[in-house]
Amino acid sequence: MTVQTERPPSGPTEVLTTLEGPGEPPARGRAAALAPYLLLLPPVAVTVLFLGWPMVKNALLSFQNLNMRQLIQHLTEWNGVDNYQEILGSSDFWRVTGRSIAFTGVNVVLIMVLGTLVGLLLARLGRRMRVTLLIGLVLAWAMPVIAATTVYQWLFAARFGVVNWVLDKAGFHSMAEYNWTGSQLSTFFVITVLIVWQSIPFVAINLYAATTTIPKELYEAASLDGAGAWKSFTSVTLPYLRPFLFATVFLEVIWVFKAFAQVFAINQGGPDRLTEILPVYAFVEGVGNQHYGMGAAISLLTILILLGMTSYYLRIVLKQGEDEL
Amino acid sequence: MKRSLPGRIWPNATAVVLVIGFVFPVYWMFATAFKPTPDIVSEDPVWFPVDITFEHFKTAVDADNFWTLVGNSLTVTVLAVVFSLVLALAGAFALARMRFKGRRGFIVGFMVAQMAPWEVMVIAIYFIVRDADMLNSLIPLTLFYMVMVLPFTLLTLRGFVAAVPKELEESAMVDGCTRRQAFVKVILPLLAPGLMSTSLFGFITAWNEFPMVLILNKDAEYQTLPLWLSQFQTQFGDDWGATMAASTLFAIPILVLFVFLQRRAVSGLADGAVKG
Repeated sequence: MTVQTERPPSGPTEVLTTLEGPGEPPARGRAAALAPYLLLLPPVAVTVLFLGWPMVKNALLSFQNLNMRQLIQHLTEWNGVDNYQEILGSSDFWRVTGRSIAFTGVNVVLIMVLGTLVGLLLARLGRRMRVTLLIGLVLAWAMPVIAATTVYQWLFAARFGVVNWVLDKAGFHSMAEYNWTGSQLSTFFVITVLIVWQSIPFVAINLYAATTTIPKELYEAASLDGAGAWKSFTSVTLPYLRPFLFATVFLEVIWVFKAFAQVFAINQGGPDRLTEILPVYAFVEGVGNQHYGMGAAISLLTILILLGMTSYYLRIVLKQGEDEL
Repeated sequence: MKRSLPGRIWPNATAVVLVIGFVFPVYWMFATAFKPTPDIVSEDPVWFPVDITFEHFKTAVDADNFWTLVGNSLTVTVLAVVFSLVLALAGAFALARMRFKGRRGFIVGFMVAQMAPWEVMVIAIYFIVRDADMLNSLIPLTLFYMVMVLPFTLLTLRGFVAAVPKELEESAMVDGCTRRQAFVKVILPLLAPGLMSTSLFGFITAWNEFPMVLILNKDAEYQTLPLWLSQFQTQFGDDWGATMAASTLFAIPILVLFVFLQRRAVSGLADGAVKG
């Protein structure tokens, strides 16, 4: 990612050199040939600068011994791969990595399965019911993340929270004043409900939009062949939606893996740092505990892991350059 | 096609349950914000706010720096979105309408940039901003938010430009317009809906951004609403009424925009950057 974002194929650097020609007015044909590059120069330059620079800076910081003292005195102390050795040799890092991957996996599976089911349901509903459900989905989708997080803290509040009241009334009396953020699993449960609730709408609405483009003839042909509801789903709907589902899985993986705001705002990665996922771990180590060099190294490893998880998808995106977009 | 009765009941029953599930948290935020405190901390939940009160909104609005933070959030978000639109428009036009060497490379580059893990780069950004002596300022936030939403804006706009029939432009040029005039007079007006829904998503991204402002601006005067909201509870203990009122105030602009632009936004997203 670093390399590609700094220099997209046929990167801006080459464009720059061709643009810095002598100042004479170019011939008409040449101006026309240069026009697209001139139009693209501002957004490309700005993106390369503001995205590439932090990437490079992050790499540089990760090879430094940079703690509170060095921060205050503006010292640069190179320490080679010490940060990486320490991180890769610590069981903490691997535990957090495993936790992040498991957390991402659980969330993405739930989002995809439930999102797909809701999307298919949308296609089956009558108009009025569909619009009602769409409005509900859009409301959840549109809720700003931190507002949604705060609302979930209130829903799951130990005292006067609706969830505990419902559980108590349903006969789980031990849940009457249950502290949801008191243990690792229950905190993750709340975060997962929150993330899945906010993510289903995106999958469901887009999947529903995709199903409306499936040609009716395909279904007619399938039913002529004697296919039942299930068979026509597996032989028509699913293949048609496969590219969409595939791309969405990876978008959701990226999105959940980096869900810093939700995790941090619910309980700052607590209790006892047990719900820190990698981005939060990097932040708490780097900023909270003032080991900035370590934090930068963890950040870089996090990016590498994310790249590893999505490399297959990225390859396809890069390959798209070969067919007409 | 006639469906049997149970065949109609199940989907509708499921849909009703889902609507409740998706709407309830949002409803509960509003309801709590308007309920008097005794109704909030009652043994059994009061499902509908019978006595409406505005005291919680008063608490939230009277909180330190509230209006400064609203101003900060609006400034940073609006500027980031406007700048990114301005930067993206010409590039989107080039990618949609021109054929040139490296075109797909640019598109792929922006697609990759769109996935940039900003949340994981905040430590590096902190040092960059500190070395530029710009901590506790709105300028770095504006610039970084602008770059954050730029790839999405550009790719989405490209889709909208491509959707405008070429013939319209060509006939304007036959009538004696230059290419630029044709763009301004013909394409731009037709792009208005596209610009609106594109800015909506940029707006949401910038309005919500949390980790960067958390690390850059320790000074309360330069913070933004998401940060304030996340710390609100620590400040107000278990004053859920005030916390929900604060959440409501933070969510309202986005919810209104979203519902208002819903149809366009959704279709825009479907044929914009997030192509399956």
